[in-house]
Amino acid sequence: MEAQAVTALELRGAHKTFRPIRWPWRRHDPPPAPGESGETGEADGTKRAVDALVDLSLTVQRGQIYGLLGPNGSGKSTLIRVVSTLIIPDRGEVTVFGHDVLREERAVKRLINRVSVEASFFKKLSPMENLLFGARLYGLDGRTARERATTILRRLHLRERSLWEPMEQMSRGMQQKVAIARAFLTQPILLLLDEPTTGLDPRSKREVQALVTELRREHDATVLLTTHDMQEADELCDRVAIIDHGRIVADGTPAELKARVPVEGREATLEEVFMALTGHGLGEPQAAGDEA
Amino acid sequence: MKALRHEARAACGFVERNVNLVKRYWVMEVVWLIYSMANALSVTFIGAGMKQISGQDVNVQRLTLYLLIGTLVWQYLSVVFELVSETIQFERWEGTIEYTLMAPISRFTHLFGATLFSLGYGFLQTALILAVVAGFFHLDLSGANLFGAALVLLAASVSFSGLGVVGAILPLLFPERGVQVVFVIQSVLLVVSGVYYPVTVLPHWMQPLSHLSPATYVLQGMREAILDGAPVVALLPAIGRLFLIGAVLLPGGVWLFGRAERFARRTGRLKRSG
Repeated sequence: MEAQAVTALELRGAHKTFRPIRWPWRRHDPPPAPGESGETGEADGTKRAVDALVDLSLTVQRGQIYGLLGPNGSGKSTLIRVVSTLIIPDRGEVTVFGHDVLREERAVKRLINRVSVEASFFKKLSPMENLLFGARLYGLDGRTARERATTILRRLHLRERSLWEPMEQMSRGMQQKVAIARAFLTQPILLLLDEPTTGLDPRSKREVQALVTELRREHDATVLLTTHDMQEADELCDRVAIIDHGRIVADGTPAELKARVPVEGREATLEEVFMALTGHGLGEPQAAGDEA
Repeated sequence: MKALRHEARAACGFVERNVNLVKRYWVMEVVWLIYSMANALSVTFIGAGMKQISGQDVNVQRLTLYLLIGTLVWQYLSVVFELVSETIQFERWEGTIEYTLMAPISRFTHLFGATLFSLGYGFLQTALILAVVAGFFHLDLSGANLFGAALVLLAASVSFSGLGVVGAILPLLFPERGVQVVFVIQSVLLVVSGVYYPVTVLPHWMQPLSHLSPATYVLQGMREAILDGAPVVALLPAIGRLFLIGAVLLPGGVWLFGRAERFARRTGRLKRSG
């Protein structure tokens, strides 16, 4: 008998509109004309209301690697931030292993970790110092944290000497590896990866991808992955959702999605699927919001 | 118990991280310390030279100590106040604030960890400055109530930590300009608190502001204890006021910070900037 699937992440009607903040001491532009709100936004996302997520529903089962494909501004990062408890949705329900991200915030935080596209660190500190700080916030003692950090960083082929050098001396790719190590260090059961391999060389990309599958295999982790890399999504993900203007326009296994778009004589690529379903390419940024 | 250990580890994590940052920025720290020492010496020399400046007979020992207390207390309080708010500013610049706010710890632990470091570092810096300045002046502290002065400083630490937490809200919401506003607040406190003069010399319209500043009570209490050797009982009004201000500012500051964090999460203002 097949084991019952456990829902790791569920979004039901999650909606987020970023509205301009009307500080009392600042001059404001006139309000947008009727029908304008929610359709357009300035580049900084502050002048007009921007619908980053539109009544979005999504279910990720435990143990899945779930890919989110979409151009810049489509709502991928907002979705990741909502699940990370960093953005409060206007409405809808978001649960992580049954815990509501708003009502049971602390319980959710214990289960997740995140890698964002930009590696954010104290750049004067070394990878080890940064990782130790991160580990302590998750209740790890110094010894365990040091051991785990060393293992993961070696696994990512970071030179021994680099562990104690300031991060500002490292390449962006190396910094991104440390960011990945920071997330893996706490062994989250839901890992949120926001374009984790962007900027990495092909070898580093492979190493990170291998680490993601290893984390799933050995620690029973569930992974939500946003990416622009169609090949990565195809190879790594059990299911893929295509997100456009804050809406999920298609969802399925890579094979199911490819089957939806007939191409004569061969199987469609995910990029062709994306273009057929959204009417534009992945490289075309959308109005405002994102990296919303 | 496990939860408490987790929170304690996290608080230590903030202290450890800030110690590491001080080590990495050690040149800047040394430069700032030298400047602070020079500043303390310059102000205190005004007391030593007052006879020549005014042509009058003045109690040089008392005036020197009066100014020295002002400069040292202000040094300590500004380090505590600045470091708490700068911690948030620094996290905003580096973009790590999202990771800190995502961690499964209470906001109290987060801010307590930052405060704990600032108290320790502020105390260390002030002690170093005192050690250097003491070498230049013959300070007669035989009549001073040092225990009472320490109690006043302890009470002041609570209220200034609270003030620092309130100040930390500004860089959380306004990463570009928040710290500049914090400096403005600090400057106003410097003027109205009677750091180098009694608040009674301020224009009448400014004097009510001095009652709102916790620094006023610290300086009054410290001077009474050190210059006049006032017993602890006589210092109780100042200590009481400071604890009262701290009792309002510290939990109030943490609560306000929480509200500001919620506002930032609702409006999407936590993204990296700067």
